[in-house]
Amino acid sequence: MKQSEFLKTVMPFQNKVFRLAKRLLVSTAEAEDATQELYFKLWKNKSKLKDYKNIEAFAMTMTKNYCFDRLKSKQASNLSLVHSNYKENDTGLQRKLELNDSVSIVHDLIENLPPQQKLVIQLRDIEQYEYNEIEELLNISATAIRVTLSRARKTIREQLIKQHNYGIS
Amino acid sequence: MELANIEKLLEKYLNATTTIAEENRLKDYFLSDDVAPHLQEYQVLFGYFSTSKDEKFTKTIQLKSQKLSWKWLSVAASIVLLISVYSGFQINENITERNRAEAEKAYEESKMYFSMVSVNLNKGNDAIAQLQHFEKTTNKVFK
Repeated sequence: MKQSEFLKTVMPFQNKVFRLAKRLLVSTAEAEDATQELYFKLWKNKSKLKDYKNIEAFAMTMTKNYCFDRLKSKQASNLSLVHSNYKENDTGLQRKLELNDSVSIVHDLIENLPPQQKLVIQLRDIEQYEYNEIEELLNISATAIRVTLSRARKTIREQLIKQHNYGIS
Repeated sequence: MELANIEKLLEKYLNATTTIAEENRLKDYFLSDDVAPHLQEYQVLFGYFSTSKDEKFTKTIQLKSQKLSWKWLSVAASIVLLISVYSGFQINENITERNRAEAEKAYEESKMYFSMVSVNLNKGNDAIAQLQHFEKTTNKVFK
């Protein structure tokens, strides 16, 4: 596979990879590194890419696994430090302004969901993948996906209503 | 779109039974301006979903990774090592060559000096032989 051909096949979903990585890793810098790393891995294995029917799903699965590995290694070493680092990056003026914006409430709500729910919300509500694609991607059954998704959506909705009613932001 | 329909779709949405098309209809509705007051919390949600989808990866992807340069670094290091060893050997060779030349010169010179010394020593020997002759005759005379 030539470089141009390779780029043509993998570039269309680079933003999706990046957004998924950012959803899981929180920090933009980390997500950029993850995207870079993923594309490098794909490039190294370019000869095997033809064997996969759906390269995008394959890439997304790789991204997911890579991010979980990253998180695991961080947790094993020094979670608290890393976590404060993440927060540190975001507590700029822009972030404070954003906090007033109710859109970022949703961001924080998704942030607090369990990883699997986070994943499903990202893939379905943001990237708008079909259920069979998510099935292939996460390697779990469509029913399980629906259950997880439903749970996540309901949690987010309840939290939103709570905040809406009490005016907490 | 009538409100009842939207509410029905929302119910389906929460149970995760909507299709992509239906979800898009919901999105369109909540991104429009006239949203029913009791459904306003969804506006934020769907607004967030559509803005999140616009986030782009802005960096350019490098397919040649940093790790590759390590390989090249080691190649470069071995070349440098090879050159330095070779040139060091060459310099060493030059030095021994020069040393040999110098040693030969010194040998020639010292050979010359030794021969000069021996010539003069022989002259001295002749003189001593004459002296011995002189001593013999004096002994003969004074006996």
